[in-house]
Amino acid sequence: MDYNGAMKQYSIKELELKANDIRQDLLKALAKAKSGHSGGPLGMADVFTALYFHIIKHDPKKPDWEERDRIILSNGHICPVRYAAMAHAGYFPLAELDTLRKFGTRLQGHPERMRLPGVETTSGPLGSGLSQASGMAYVGKHIDKKKWRVYCLTSDGEHDEGNTWEAVMFAAKYRLDNLTQIIDRNNIQIDGNTEDIMPLNPLKEKYEAFNWNVIEIDGHNIEQIIDACAQAQATRNKPTLIVANTIPGKGVSFMENRYEWHGVPPGKGPEDTVPKEKQLEVALQELQAWREEIEARPET
Amino acid sequence: MIMIRKNAYLSEKLFDEDIEQGPTRSGYGKGLVEAGEKNKNVVALCADLTESTRTEAFAQKFPERFIQVGVAEQNLATAGAGMALAGKIPFISSYAAFSPGRNYEQIRTTIALNDANVKVVGAHAGISVGPDGATHQMLEDIALMRVLPHMVVFYPCDVEEARKATVAAAEYKGPVYIRLARADTPIFTTAKTPFAIGRAEIFAEGNDVTIIAAGPLLYEAFIAAKQLEDEGSSAEVINCHTIKPLDEKTILASVKKTKAVVTVEEHQVHGGLGGAIAELLGQKYPAPLEIIGVQDRFGESGNPAELLDAFGLSSPHIVKAVERVLNRKS
Repeated sequence: MDYNGAMKQYSIKELELKANDIRQDLLKALAKAKSGHSGGPLGMADVFTALYFHIIKHDPKKPDWEERDRIILSNGHICPVRYAAMAHAGYFPLAELDTLRKFGTRLQGHPERMRLPGVETTSGPLGSGLSQASGMAYVGKHIDKKKWRVYCLTSDGEHDEGNTWEAVMFAAKYRLDNLTQIIDRNNIQIDGNTEDIMPLNPLKEKYEAFNWNVIEIDGHNIEQIIDACAQAQATRNKPTLIVANTIPGKGVSFMENRYEWHGVPPGKGPEDTVPKEKQLEVALQELQAWREEIEARPET
Repeated sequence: MIMIRKNAYLSEKLFDEDIEQGPTRSGYGKGLVEAGEKNKNVVALCADLTESTRTEAFAQKFPERFIQVGVAEQNLATAGAGMALAGKIPFISSYAAFSPGRNYEQIRTTIALNDANVKVVGAHAGISVGPDGATHQMLEDIALMRVLPHMVVFYPCDVEEARKATVAAAEYKGPVYIRLARADTPIFTTAKTPFAIGRAEIFAEGNDVTIIAAGPLLYEAFIAAKQLEDEGSSAEVINCHTIKPLDEKTILASVKKTKAVVTVEEHQVHGGLGGAIAELLGQKYPAPLEIIGVQDRFGESGNPAELLDAFGLSSPHIVKAVERVLNRKS
């Protein structure tokens, strides 16, 4: 059965609206949790929307369906965007987002496979997702010879980890063309800008030298995300890296491109532009204004 | 005469000079092929140590199920976890110093917390690694692995038991650690010797002291028990091949009878088998305890026998520890 065949086909405009909803919901959840990361989740909302609502084959009612495509989130701390996307996709009720990071929740501060069906692996400690994704892809391609694909989402900061590069070599050696890595290239990590902390450039050339296929895109352009994943799927004998250039905090002016918003929720961020008690409200107003812009645009 | 239990089915050559010898890693190699024959989901990953971890026979027999990851223990653990999450039963092998030594966090998060069905195989544990020296003589791995929730910890005593432990690990669903040694040691159990996960086996019955050992030093415990018998003390010898979950029932029953305990292992005195027994007895049945192990120091180069003597792990040291613990009995 090809589940995707039965899935609703969303227009680009509808996907953009979905991404906007996901941004608003993840900020509300973070504000309620009073802790957690804002920058990364906002930056990856478009990628998660494209994956869950267009690209992957999956069945939210049967999260362990064997033929599903797998999404491995390596940088587990951006899980609020995954949770919000999963809730919108129907894995669990939207209301459950309010339990984020609270005692007894399935929505742990960093995602845990054993707690929430549909979370493919436990992550948080950085640099080990690509290896796990490669292990899965190896089984799919070389042992079980299945059609399902593996999508691994990584951060640029976690490329400081040696484990990541062990996986980069492994995936190329075994020609894992069923593996697509999407790197959130937002240029920030906890202590500052990635190029100051531990330079990663030239990133594209590095991966090409490691025998990967590399596609560079605007990580907020849903059409480009979808096209790049299709190109990756059509590529034979090489894993693909999609460098998604993103803006951390995307959609909220006072959060965009500021590493100070990496690890804090609305209500706990820097106060130089918006006071703490207004941060959620102003962020939601900005996102709502963006939503109305999208709605007013004609369908293409 | 030492009271060997009949239903332990130990080798008839137990105390003979020409008892057959082999390294426990060879038992792993045999068991892995056997597990692979029984279940096609068994796969083996190795980090450039295929021959010395004895993964070679499996790699030759099932090349499509053998995955070479190179000198990359972090990837060994995490790629293994990924394969387990895709339905396979991966055995990941390297030297214990590197796995779980180097990749501990990956094992903790992606195997233990994930409850992934991965079997971590640490070869070359203990100082009996010999001439390679301290860097390669892993003495802290039991401590690392037994504190992880979900993790089962095996420390087989000889080639035959290592084979059984490997087959049992493949059949058990969940994370397992198997600790192996490099050196040749006596093969004193047989195919008929009982082995079950989480069950300590009383190999010799006695009344004065309980000697609990794991790994190849269990043989030294037998030598010690024989000498003690000649001196008029009867020792109960327990094979504690599963350090976690610990067989509390068997151990407590024995200690209630003998009221004195000596533990024996080729590991730091902190955190290993001795630590596990101390935790148990301290809480449930305090009794005089002596822990034979490495005294909070690193190993060094030498041949296995001279190192075991120098580090106080061979049978004369076990005899002395028994004498000490007997003196402490009220």
